[in-house]
Amino acid sequence: MKPHRIAQAAGLALLSMAAQAQVSDGVVKIGVLTDLSGVYSDVAGPGTVAATKMAIEDFVATEKPSFKVEMVSADHQNKGDIAANKAREWFEKDKVDVASELVTTSVALAVQKIAKEKNRVVLISGAASTAVTNENCNDVTVHWTYDTYAVANGTAKAVTQGGGKKWFFMTADYAFGHALEKDASAVVKANGGEVMGSVRHPFPGTDFSSFLLKAQSSGAQVIGLANAGGDTINSIKQAAEFGVTPKQSLAGLLMFITDVHSLGLKTTQTMYLTEGFYWDLNEETRAWSKRFFAVHKRMPTMVQAGQYSSVMHYLKAVKAINSDDTPKVMAQMKKTPVNDFFAKNGKIRDDGRMVHDMYLLQVKKPAESKTPWDYYHVKATIPAAEAFQPLSESRCALVKK
Amino acid sequence: MDIFGIPSQAFFGQLLLGLINGSFYAVLSLGLAIIFGLLNIINFAHGAQYMLGAFAALLGLNWLGINYWAALVLAPLAVGLLAVVIERSMLRHLYKLDHLYGLLLTFGLALVAEGVFKNVFGVSGESYEAPEILQGGVHLGFMFLPIYRAWVVVAALSVCALAWYVIERTSLGATLRAATQRPDLVQALGINVPVLVTATYATGAALAAFAGVLAAPIQQVNPVMGSNLIIVVFAVVVIGGMGSILGSIVTGLGLGIIEGLTKVFYPEASAVVIFVIMVLVLLVKPAGLFGKQA
Repeated sequence: MKPHRIAQAAGLALLSMAAQAQVSDGVVKIGVLTDLSGVYSDVAGPGTVAATKMAIEDFVATEKPSFKVEMVSADHQNKGDIAANKAREWFEKDKVDVASELVTTSVALAVQKIAKEKNRVVLISGAASTAVTNENCNDVTVHWTYDTYAVANGTAKAVTQGGGKKWFFMTADYAFGHALEKDASAVVKANGGEVMGSVRHPFPGTDFSSFLLKAQSSGAQVIGLANAGGDTINSIKQAAEFGVTPKQSLAGLLMFITDVHSLGLKTTQTMYLTEGFYWDLNEETRAWSKRFFAVHKRMPTMVQAGQYSSVMHYLKAVKAINSDDTPKVMAQMKKTPVNDFFAKNGKIRDDGRMVHDMYLLQVKKPAESKTPWDYYHVKATIPAAEAFQPLSESRCALVKK
Repeated sequence: MDIFGIPSQAFFGQLLLGLINGSFYAVLSLGLAIIFGLLNIINFAHGAQYMLGAFAALLGLNWLGINYWAALVLAPLAVGLLAVVIERSMLRHLYKLDHLYGLLLTFGLALVAEGVFKNVFGVSGESYEAPEILQGGVHLGFMFLPIYRAWVVVAALSVCALAWYVIERTSLGATLRAATQRPDLVQALGINVPVLVTATYATGAALAAFAGVLAAPIQQVNPVMGSNLIIVVFAVVVIGGMGSILGSIVTGLGLGIIEGLTKVFYPEASAVVIFVIMVLVLLVKPAGLFGKQA
């Protein structure tokens, strides 16, 4: 090699050594991998992309970081293999530092593994299953917004303690549905209730009439809907049609404000559900949600609010240590408590679970709703320590017992 | 008394539900069978036309105050008109070509329609209520039958019977059938074949839209309601025989009942059973149960 080339090479080597404590290439790239057009696109989807953009803009405006922040987004169509390929492409070719959102359990589980392999961060807002922080847990994942344990625990406990002792489950026949039914059954039994039976319907389904017929003849007081999205919506609608309600009551084990909006208060009134966020909780949530509404034209679901919160927490961690090196950022994120409009005194545990308060909500009657999206009574706040699966029951290898 | 281990009450209830769903499949597959039987077009836009019918009813009510009964007539008309435009501008250029081109074009149109509606309305959809007089239900002893579901059976089967009668027993139907087999001869006799063809495609689309209006109070009206259903309807038509009107009606009813029984004994398989039957029928009788070999 010519002398000046050696000098150049040495110079570059020196520079790159000095850059060890810097953000890689001076850019933090955030990938939003979500369901942009399918069954969960209202719950997550374009709203999470908008929320991420908001977070990045707010972060750059208030924190004035020395590095650039970019965002890429893609549609995983609720398919684990498409998500895995996209994540791999992002990590290997496009220098994406974190994969986020990841609604649909099969997607989240797949991308978790690839992120561990490629040493990148995973921020999960939309996916539900507790497997993320149990059997599938690793040290590059944060499960931010909610999980099947938290929503099942809140709703099933409240309904069973309130007198609904006999339950029947209508379950979506895939991993998420099974997990939700399992978690909810355990809670029902622990609170003195009885599971009269269950039926598994194909996912996705359209006509639930024959499953509702089974539920009707089971002698149950409460029909637990262990499904989500369009399945939950149609189950509720058809339950009203077949005279199942109001004689038996329905418990939507995973419901979002967009479901209530779609069905209307007449059909969903008095139903109990557990969510991690409600736009009308307090002044802070209202202020943020109004800004979100201006962009997205709908009030945020907990997944969309959680996406903003998790991305902001990540970016602040990167700035605090001036590095996007994965283990360092993970340590910083776990060290820092979460205190924003989404969560107060939130904390990321060793298993990757971000624990925060959950809210037991009841859908208002039509006459009680004063403004658009004014849908819920907040019946109780479930403190973070109670809301999520205790570490003592964890099946995660990272948890020291 | 127990039938196969299921209380007889539950069994008859599920059978009735199967019949209701079957009549729904029948009217949907009827439109498809008409279009394929008479025009040799595989109309993949059928699911989108079903969805458009439901949305026409919903938007008609919200924006123009058109009630359910008027929507039963106006929505199919609107979708039929749209179908006329599609047929005149795009579809007619493909008749001389392989079936595949018609399939691709209609599939593309379906994707466009779905995409536009998803963008505007989101995926969760909106509620549409049945008219007052059809709400509520009757206690039959072995189950609670919603009045609306009974109406669906009556409406669907009446339309099927009417369509079958027109095609198989009237001179208009005979002209239609002749025009598809020997268009040159029929045209030589002074009959305007292109107009007949357009009218036929529009009728098939209108039938899909009619089914959409019937479905609107039962499920949420959302942009993907058609794409979920279209595959099942295709299976029904293939089993019944692609060209046979009677075949699609009878098969629709039969498969609805079989699906209903599967939901009793092994619900997890209820989405798959129709395709299993399709595979078996294709192995044994490729032209379908009522189809004639080409």
